[in-house]
Amino acid sequence: MIHPGEVQLIAYRDGEMKEQMKIQEHLKECARCRAELERIETVLAAMNAMPVPDPGEDYGRRVWQQISPRLQEKSARWWQGWFEPRRLVAAGAVAALVIAAFVAGFYLRPHPLVQPNLSQEASVRQRVLWLAVGEHLGRTEMMLMELANAAPKVVRAKQVDITSEQRRAESLLEENRLYRQTALQERDPALVSILDSLDRVLLDVAHSPDEIAPAELEVIQHRISEQGLLLKIRVVRQDLLKKGEEAPLTPTRNNSTIQERNKT
Amino acid sequence: MKRMKTGADSAETQGIGDAIAIERVLAGDRDAYRVLVERYGRDIYRLAYRMTGNSHDAEEVVQEAFLRAYQKLENFEARANFRTWVYRIAANYAIDRMRQRRSDESHRELPGKKMEDGQQLEPLDLITDAAPSPERLARSAQLANHMEAALQRLTPAERTAVVMRHWEGCAIEEIATVLHSNSSAAKNTIFRAVQKLRRALTPFTEAHAEAKSAGARP
Repeated sequence: MIHPGEVQLIAYRDGEMKEQMKIQEHLKECARCRAELERIETVLAAMNAMPVPDPGEDYGRRVWQQISPRLQEKSARWWQGWFEPRRLVAAGAVAALVIAAFVAGFYLRPHPLVQPNLSQEASVRQRVLWLAVGEHLGRTEMMLMELANAAPKVVRAKQVDITSEQRRAESLLEENRLYRQTALQERDPALVSILDSLDRVLLDVAHSPDEIAPAELEVIQHRISEQGLLLKIRVVRQDLLKKGEEAPLTPTRNNSTIQERNKT
Repeated sequence: MKRMKTGADSAETQGIGDAIAIERVLAGDRDAYRVLVERYGRDIYRLAYRMTGNSHDAEEVVQEAFLRAYQKLENFEARANFRTWVYRIAANYAIDRMRQRRSDESHRELPGKKMEDGQQLEPLDLITDAAPSPERLARSAQLANHMEAALQRLTPAERTAVVMRHWEGCAIEEIATVLHSNSSAAKNTIFRAVQKLRRALTPFTEAHAEAKSAGARP
């Protein structure tokens, strides 16, 4: 092999040469090229000799003081986020919930001459919500458990791949928000509270890079365990499923309804 | 940004993720942006200092980068990394600023490069300086000064490329994005920059190699 030129050696040092192996072999045998590479290394090592003054621990605070008067508050545009693909997927999931509620409502619709039984409709609607949120909590629990037990595939790996958990967190996050909204409308503060806690963790996971450092993973895992989230989810989920199963699936027609119908 | 480290968070800003802070800002909570400024201010300062070579310009780059990032926050993709994004904005602004400065200087008589401590360094020093002092400390201080001067003589694109690659460990694609070029052109810019630095620092590196081989001799 002919001697590599300066640019080729720089590229080799950078790991950007196509013929990386050939050059490596050549360097083993050629003292001249080895010396040349060492000179390049020395130049790059010299870059580290250039000191950068430390602006101080409170530098960020000082920057904030300087720029904050120049920042205008942003007016949130409520419709913007609704057209993102991930939101549309979640909207699909909630549409299913709405359809289920509609079907239940249709089924319960009383005879035209009979007075509507509003409390019964509300109870079926709530049952649909309990069952749907119960399933949502089950999926969230599974994802968080996987995350809580995740570890680098290789010992001392610099990055951990959480792509799968991240994708699921994105979809769960949207569902979570819509269920939270429904729980608010249904005035169920306990449910709103657990969905709030989940929102924060799901948001962090969904917005993390595909690969994170083991230390960052530990922060997320610590957050899950510190808040006892998995236990809370399990308890609330079991409670919801139990309530959902105990509630009547079909409306029981009371005597007055039957009497009214007979009169007609 | 493989080597970029997160700055030390203040107690006030710990525990709140970037994504949550951004969501709050977009929802109208301007003060939530403080978390991001405090978290990444020092990282951006280090980059800006290496690119511009002086504290005054570096501080201006930091402020401008965070202001621009705030103004464009609606365009920030939720899946992206905020640190990388603001870092790119800072690098772009630093390039503009260096170009502007060069253009201003080209209209004036070219004085020697003035170091931060006020010491005047003539451009010729870069290639004609004799062998350095045998004292290692003095040599490394001199080397640092010459490296700084050599970096100043690179074009803004070359300086950006070499700083991003060799200090910050950025990927070639990332550097290409900042330079508005393709990967191949970005690589060439890096190689050219290293060649130029090498020419400028030859007296020092040769002396270093000699000292090393002399030390190795029995």
